[in-house]
Amino acid sequence: MSALLELEHLSVTFETPQGPVHAVQDVSLTIEGGSIVGLVGESGCGKSTLGRAILRLLPENATVAGSVRFAGRDVLALSPKEIRDLRGRNLAMIFQDPMTRLNPLMRIRDHFIETIRAHNPAVRQGQALERAKKVLADVRVPSDRLGMYPHELSGGMRQRVMIALCLLFKPALLIADEPTTALDVILEAQILQLLQSIMHEYSMSVLLITHNLGLVAEFSDRVAVMYAGRIAEEGATPPLFREPRHPYTQGLLRSVIDLETTSLYSVPGEPPSLLGETAGCPFYPRCDKRMAVCETVYPEPRLVGEDHRKVACHLY
Amino acid sequence: MAGWFARGRTSLVGRLIGTFLGQSRTIAGILVWIGLGVVLTILVLALLAPFIAPFDPNTKVASPELPPGGAFVMGTDRGGQDVLSRIIWGSRVPLAIIAVSTTISLALGLPLGLVSGFAGGRMDRGILLVMDSIYAFPGLLLAIAIAAVIGRGILNISFAIAVVYIPTYFRVIRTHVTSVKQEPYVEAAVALGMPRRRVIGRYILPNVAQSIPVIFSVNAADAVLTEAGLAVLGLGLPPGIPDWGFDISLNWQRFDVSWWATFFPGLFILILTTALTFVGEGLNDILNPLLRKREYKAGAQA
Repeated sequence: MSALLELEHLSVTFETPQGPVHAVQDVSLTIEGGSIVGLVGESGCGKSTLGRAILRLLPENATVAGSVRFAGRDVLALSPKEIRDLRGRNLAMIFQDPMTRLNPLMRIRDHFIETIRAHNPAVRQGQALERAKKVLADVRVPSDRLGMYPHELSGGMRQRVMIALCLLFKPALLIADEPTTALDVILEAQILQLLQSIMHEYSMSVLLITHNLGLVAEFSDRVAVMYAGRIAEEGATPPLFREPRHPYTQGLLRSVIDLETTSLYSVPGEPPSLLGETAGCPFYPRCDKRMAVCETVYPEPRLVGEDHRKVACHLY
Repeated sequence: MAGWFARGRTSLVGRLIGTFLGQSRTIAGILVWIGLGVVLTILVLALLAPFIAPFDPNTKVASPELPPGGAFVMGTDRGGQDVLSRIIWGSRVPLAIIAVSTTISLALGLPLGLVSGFAGGRMDRGILLVMDSIYAFPGLLLAIAIAAVIGRGILNISFAIAVVYIPTYFRVIRTHVTSVKQEPYVEAAVALGMPRRRVIGRYILPNVAQSIPVIFSVNAADAVLTEAGLAVLGLGLPPGIPDWGFDISLNWQRFDVSWWATFFPGLFILILTTALTFVGEGLNDILNPLLRKREYKAGAQA
């Protein structure tokens, strides 16, 4: 297996009137070809920013440091034309809110035609529609939906259409930014099973960004837990869920509801503000195992245990 | 027919027409119909002027300053010319100027607004600065200055008026673009590798197009007034072309003797601008994105 996507010391800083916001700090992460990597964390921890940074979709006030290597190419150094070529063709992204991700004034068929022609202007309409029908069949959408407008489709259908648009060029990596958050539980399972089966069909990797631990446990091969813009713990899914090492991961897993739960656990305190510089471990104020050193020195992630898990904590 | 248009099977223009036809029975819709009716009537007058006008507009056909009545429905002016005939022929000027000037300002203001709003950053600020400095001048004053420099003639006057209106198109379109470009579907299109040109042309333009007819009608109404203003100030068309504004400038000093020669051209300027304003106001109510959004949300919940 070779590394498809390699993030090295990736940091994203937003310039705001209040000062710099460090949304992503020093993140290193590798995605192997053909795997699903789950990126979990609570709202505002920088998960979506990380996803967008890979596709260079960040607004102009963002500065990105570090490196993003996709299939051996330095994504951050690509020219605007090269990155445009990469998007949708090799690297695709689906989003949280399928209801608003399709142009309300364009029929579904025109979304397909536009996307195909964006990469290949010579394709004729008939050929484009044939390809659209094929991918729509793969995501189990009847081809009569092609003539409809987005508002005529349900949320689940729209997300399938978005996935189909991403599949047109058989990308090597699909970034799924909370693809099911806006959908109900049944659709959620359907969409993820769909992603899983398509992944094999298309030999594609998926970066699954979510706050839903259950989804990650069920679908991903590896998990990265993000906290306050940094990766707290990262490793293969089963051992990480069986034996979480970072206190934040432990708290996160304890706060999952199951049938035996009588009182709901929540990690005390609030995530820190990402505004300005911070020293020490970002989880320090909320941590139940904190030590003196945690307040001043950031624990560099290191490989811990037999399963070679990366943990950013002074306990190890 | 409204349903057929509203399904949007046709182009951008078809969609806008469809939205309008869908609401043509509301008060706003009726306002638009009245305005359109009046404008079309004046257009027919202008086109059929040689057949409708009872006299040649540029010849002395009777003694000067005859009151309305008899063969001269609106009387005669200081030169003994038939006021009605001059009004019928004179309707050609404002209509031609509307056509030319709105085309020029739309052709420049729309693309500038799209690009400026979409690109943002330094380029946006640069274009905005130029546009704002044009906008800061009082419109008529700017038109006077331009007309004084480039001289008379329908094209020249249209150009002078167009320059005044480019910033209006620019600002409305630009503001609208800056909000539409934040829409999730625009980001999704970019994430799929859509080049800028296509994002602007297929994802942004159709979603801001509803502002165009509204500015167009307001722009047209103002063009009529500006042209008349220029004519009254002596910067209008060369003599020999019948023109409402010119007739006012010719006759207004004799208002107490022959009020009709000033009153009727003025009345027609008023009618035409009011009709165009009706169209603009009505379309604004129908196509206004805020009102439309509310309707859309209500529909989504149903």
